[in-house]
Formats: sequence, structure tokens, C-alpha cells
Amino acid sequence: MQKPIISFKDYTYHYRSQAEPTITNINLEIFEGERIIIVGPSGCGKSTLAHCLNGLNPFSYPGKTEGSLTICGVEADKSGIFELSQYVGTVLQDTDGQFIGMTVLEDIAFAMENDCVAQEEMIERTKAEAARVSLTEKLDAAPHALSGGQKQRVSMAGVMVNEVPILLFDEPLANLDPAAGRDAIELIDKLQKDGGKTVIIIEHRLEDAMHMGADRIIMMENGKIVNDTTPEELFLSNKLIEAGIREPLYLSALKYAGVALTKDMHVERMQNLALTDENKEQIRKWFAERSEKPPVEEKPEVLRVEDIHFGYTPEKENLTDISFSIKEGEMISIVGKNGAGKSTMAKLLCGFEKPGSGKLYLKGRDMGEDTIKERAEHIGYVMQNPNQMISKPMIYDEVALSLVMQNLPEDEIRERVFEALKICGLYEFRNWPINALSYGQKKRVTIASILVSRPRILILDEPTAGQDFRHYTEIMEFLKELNEKGYTVLMITHDMHLMLEYTNRSLVFSDGRKIADTTPEKLFSNPELLKQASLKETSLYALAEMCDLPPESYIRAFIEYDREVRS
Amino acid sequence: MSATLSYIKKKSPVHGLTGSTKFIFFLVWSLAAMITYDTRVLVAMFLMGVAFFKMSKLTWKDVRFAVLFMVWLIVVNLVALFLFAPEQGVEIYGTRTEIVHLFWRYSIIAEEMFYLFNFTLKYLAVIPVALLFILATDPSEFAASLNKIGVSYKVGYSVAIALRYIPDVQRDFREISQAQQARGIDLSKKDKLTARLKNSAAILFPLVLSSLDRIEVISNAMELRGFGKKKKRTWIVERPFKKADYTAILTAVCMMIVSLGCIWLNGGRFWNPFI
Repeated sequence: MQKPIISFKDYTYHYRSQAEPTITNINLEIFEGERIIIVGPSGCGKSTLAHCLNGLNPFSYPGKTEGSLTICGVEADKSGIFELSQYVGTVLQDTDGQFIGMTVLEDIAFAMENDCVAQEEMIERTKAEAARVSLTEKLDAAPHALSGGQKQRVSMAGVMVNEVPILLFDEPLANLDPAAGRDAIELIDKLQKDGGKTVIIIEHRLEDAMHMGADRIIMMENGKIVNDTTPEELFLSNKLIEAGIREPLYLSALKYAGVALTKDMHVERMQNLALTDENKEQIRKWFAERSEKPPVEEKPEVLRVEDIHFGYTPEKENLTDISFSIKEGEMISIVGKNGAGKSTMAKLLCGFEKPGSGKLYLKGRDMGEDTIKERAEHIGYVMQNPNQMISKPMIYDEVALSLVMQNLPEDEIRERVFEALKICGLYEFRNWPINALSYGQKKRVTIASILVSRPRILILDEPTAGQDFRHYTEIMEFLKELNEKGYTVLMITHDMHLMLEYTNRSLVFSDGRKIADTTPEKLFSNPELLKQASLKETSLYALAEMCDLPPESYIRAFIEYDREVRS
Repeated sequence: MSATLSYIKKKSPVHGLTGSTKFIFFLVWSLAAMITYDTRVLVAMFLMGVAFFKMSKLTWKDVRFAVLFMVWLIVVNLVALFLFAPEQGVEIYGTRTEIVHLFWRYSIIAEEMFYLFNFTLKYLAVIPVALLFILATDPSEFAASLNKIGVSYKVGYSVAIALRYIPDVQRDFREISQAQQARGIDLSKKDKLTARLKNSAAILFPLVLSSLDRIEVISNAMELRGFGKKKKRTWIVERPFKKADYTAILTAVCMMIVSLGCIWLNGGRFWNPFI
């Protein structure tokens, strides 16, 4: 019998600042060379578990422990953060925030510098690590010159210079676009196979994390481990749905078609999936029964962008020749990799930046001369992180802020704040302090604080970034409700589920140009376009191909059916 | 032109010096300029400073904004000195050669003008060297060079980290203030001061919170990679001292000796051509 490299025995962790223990009675053994994925909704204790492994608990975030945790034969509580870092290398979620050095070279060498390794040896080892993550050409690059995926690779190299036996990834996909996320998982797979490392990945995007497979999936809920099995066993059960975790799309598709899942189907990965002709016939039959949705009627135009050119500096154009038109009541996703010009486009629409040339029309009227404030009455802009907008301790005050600034009479302010709070489902909370709210509720507060100005168009930057399935659904269903009330909603996003499930049109940006204006279904059936947008194929596409169905119509049929089932 | 001063990468003899050399040179040079009022020494230092600047291949365009800003500061400083102590030069040099009387207690006096001239020269002797230190020192070497002259590496590294995060905080600030402007919170307007203070809270509050988040992430990341484990640490970017480094430091030390020597010769910090 193999010896476990990590072993939790009746382990409980209780933060000093919390009333209740965050994780309780954890019993878990992880063996050398295993790949483990830990899933669970936000607040289930998976990050706490990770902090216990790398020593941030209890050495940086003090707390009480019960039971025992041994890592590589060392009692974790009696060790220290530095000793544990020799066994567990941690790659954090925030790709930018964990970049310590001024350049790639320095960041990779950081741990060795702290260990007083001699310079020549350091340079040699740094170069070797950089080569392993294919960053040799970028050694002198500063963090702002790197993409999110590259920064993450630097972090991986930075923890691997110490030859740690265990690699711990805390939500490695949260800050990456889908294509970069797929590359990251493939790289983790390669590093593990080459180096025989034990890999622990904490991630709620299960299908993406499973891209290269896993030995076990640990599911957590309310601070406890509720399931610890192979992916196959987990997928054959209904436990994911019960726990509110999104199951891989191809699994849902099979279930909708009434295909009975069995062990010989190899359901753990789409790449391994083996369907019998009978199964395929079931899926084709299901598809044939789905009817096409009638086309939506044409609404009047609310926004038109014509031949926009823009550059932050005269030397470089960030947007080239952009034109599009948006109809009232549309729900649109703006997609493309980082730096493609999506956010810049939003800034131009809000008037934060002025275009070099070209015109912007609001309901047919040229709004080029309108100030930021004037545009804000028509177009509301919601930042990605609600903490970047909230500046008042109380909900009412925060939502009222912009009206107070305009010195409106108090009655009118109250009336409009209440109206916005009601739209956002926050009316009961109006006298609450903001810090008592969840992330999703805070997001609603920021949206309410925009809606008081009564704009009819909303632009949201990454509305669901880093959210688990429940929060994702909560935020998106709310936005859909707003959309049904007649608001036009534009979202900048990397989230493929969001595009597919909630938008009827996608504008694809690449290198400052608009390279496509199409439906999400068409986008996801066009591999070439997906590559340019730094997205990846969904498993539905592969499934449709497997069953000889037209991918575009199949994806549409699935999404529509899925919506019906879930609502 | 850039309004902010930051490292400009170039290939030059000055860039080739180690960060520590430039830091030591800057310290010794400034001290030498600070202690003396000897016109001859200061003029020599200014000219050498300009020569060093030429050697660095930096251009006037790179520093125009900073230099103009400092010239403005000097002018303000000179005016204040003259207004508050119009006879300071007389006190120092012991003679009074009035050229023209202005009004009340103010006159143009040769000694006072000479004093102010020397005062200006002190600035001019330091400015080129200071600019070189800021613009030609790779920020990566900052921490290492501070550490080399005896500053604890933890302090040195926090300075470096602050430099590393300035652009990020600037970006946060810009984005937050834009989003808040869209909510009608305006800072540029000629509002009442109290209103403007209130408005800036709407930007600072989220900015401070997001900066605290950043600090938490970075300090976790640093600790997880063993920062602070040992009393000492090594630096991958550290460069060995070369002949040029010794030459540079020797030059600064010589300047210091000349400066001190002149004080001894003049029997004080001032060189007096009036007697």
C-alpha cells in the first residue's frame, strides 16, 4: 500500500475571527503522484483547506485546529509557512497580484533568492524553469507586458524552482480566458507527468479542470467533504446537480436525451466518451423533436457606432474601424482576448475616452459632444468588482449617491432609490450596511446605484468573473430580468456559458478590430473564429459532431432546453 | 515627454554602472554639493553633472518636464529667500555693495545676488546626478543596491514592491474615477472645497480597499515563496563591481575631498571674492 503524502485526520479549522469552524472533521488522504480536483460552491471551505495545506492557516490567518494534518511526514501545525513551502508550491488565483518581481527572471528566482542560492546557480535554474513553461523569450519582460496565461506560467515556474513535490492551484482558471485556461490545464498535465508531482486543483469550473482528467474529485459543502470518488463515479451519480455545481455540458446533453449513463461510456472526459449507435440515435431523436424558436422581431436601434478609430497614444491604434449597431432590448456579449479592445470600446461608449475619428449615435442622435455625465443618463457602466465602486457604508446612501450629487429634492431621491432597489430586489435590505451582503448582492447594489440615473442601456464588465454556479445564476437571472423589462444589456465577458446561455449576439474583437458580429451558436460552431477570440470549443460541439448533427442548431436546441429545465 | 519619472532603458556607460554605484555616487555627490558654497567647486560639479548626463544618452525630452518643474521650485525658493532675508549675503560676506535700491528694505546688493547665485548652483550641481539616479537605475536593482549599503533587505524590497505596483494603482485610480464620474461625481469642477473632499472620498475609499486586497495577495505570495526566511538573501540581478564602478565612486569621493579642501582653504563654507 502506497503511503499518503498528505493526510487529514478528523481535521477541523476554526478561524479566530469566526464564530464557527470553517472546515470540520476532514478525513482525506492524498497519495504521491495523484491528481485531485476539489470542487464546491463558494464558501464551502475549499480555500480554507488549501490554506491549511500551504501554511497560510494558521500562520498568516490565525485559528484553532483539531485533529491532525501531516504533509510529507511533517505535522503541519507544528511546522511553519516556510517549511511547508518546501513541500507545497502554491499558485494563487490572482495572476497579476502574485507577480512579485519586476521581470519574469526575478519572479521565477524569488524563492531561490530567499534561500540565498548563489547567483550563477540561480540563473541556471531560472532559465531551466522558464524553458519548461516556454517563457525563455520573455525573461526580461515586465508583468504588464505579459498575458494572464503567461503570468500564471511564471508563477508555476516560480514555485517549481524549489522542486516541491506537491503543486496546489487555487482556482487557476478564474482569471484566464477559455483558451488560456485550456493551455494552463494542459501544461499542468505535462508538468505532472514529467515530474511525478502530486497536483491539487481547486476549481469550480469542473468541466474545464477535467480537460486532462483527474484521479479523484473531492466535493465539499458547508465545510465538509461530501464526496470523494473517481470522476467517473461522480459523473454517473446526480451529486453535482444536488450540490449546485455545474456538471459538464455533454453530461447534461446526454441526460436530456434520455441516454442512460453507464460505466462503459467513459463519461469522465468528452475526449474519452464512447457512445453506442443506439445512444447517438437517442440524441438525434431528441434533437429532431426540438423545434426552432421563431425569429425575434426587429426593434428600433438604440446605439450605433460608425467607423471608430482610437488610440491611447498617437503611435498605436487600439481600435480600428469599428462599426456596429445595437437594437433596443438586446442582450449582447463582447468577447475577445485581453487587450483586444473590448474595454476600450466600452470606455468610448461611456465617454471616458474620446474617439480619434468616427461617430457614436444614441437613438440616431450624435452623442460625440455629450459629457460623461450626460451619457450616464442613458448608458450605465458597471465595473467588474463591486468593491471598486462602493464608497458608502449603507445601501441606501450608496444607491442615492449620484442623485445626492445632483442636489435633487429629497422626496425625488427617495422615490428613485426605492424604485431602483425594488428593480434589483434589494428593497427589504435598504437600511442594511453593505458589508453584510454577499458578493452577488453587492453587485446588485452597484447596478442599483447605476439604475437610479435611469439609463436604458447597461454595460457590464465581466459580470460573473470568479463566481460559482449559484452566484453566476443569481447574477445572470437578474440581468435577464432587467433585459426582459426592456433594458439593453452589453456584457464584456470571457465566460462561454454566459455567452451561450444569456446572449443573443456576440461581438468578437481581436487586435483592436471587430472580427465578427454573430450569434453565440454560430461563434461556437466556427473553430477558426473561436481561436481568434481566445475561446475554446464546447463539448456540445464535439457531441454534435459525434452524432452527425449540425453543431449550430444542436447547441441552440440544447441551450433553449437547458434554460427551460433550469428555470 | 513623460510627466512621470521612471527608468528609461538604454545602453550607456552610466546604465552599465551597478545600482549600488549610482546610489552611492548620488549620496556622496549630493553631500559634497550640500556642504559647500564655493562657486568654483559648484560650477565644476554642475558641468561634470551635465557631462555625465550626456554620457547616459538620455535626452532633454526625457527630463524636460521634471527639469522645468524643479526650475520653478528653485525660483519660488529664491524669491522666498530674498523676501525674508534680503541682507543675508551682506551678513555672510561682510561687505555691502548696493547696486540699486528698490523699496522699503529691499535693494539689489551684489553680495546677496552672489549668495543666491551660489544657492542656485547647489541645486544645479545635484539635479543632473539625481535625474541619472532615477532614470538610469533599473528598478530591479533598487532593492539590491539599498541592501548593499546596509539597509535591511525587507525595507529595500518594500520600496521595490511599491515601485512595482505604482502603475497598477494608477490604473485602478483611473478606472475607479471614471466609473464614479459616470455617476456624477466630479472632481474637476470648481465645486466648494468640502464638496470636493467628499467627492474624492468616493474614489479613495474603493481605491484604498482594492489596494489592501492587493497587499494581502502579494504578502501571501511572498511568504509562500519564503520571503523573510533567512537573515540574508541573494539577488539574481546583482552585478559585480567593475572598473567603471570603482572609477565612478572614486570620482565622487574626490569631489567630496575637493569640497572639504576648499572649506579648509576658505576657512568656511563660503568663498568670498569681495575681499
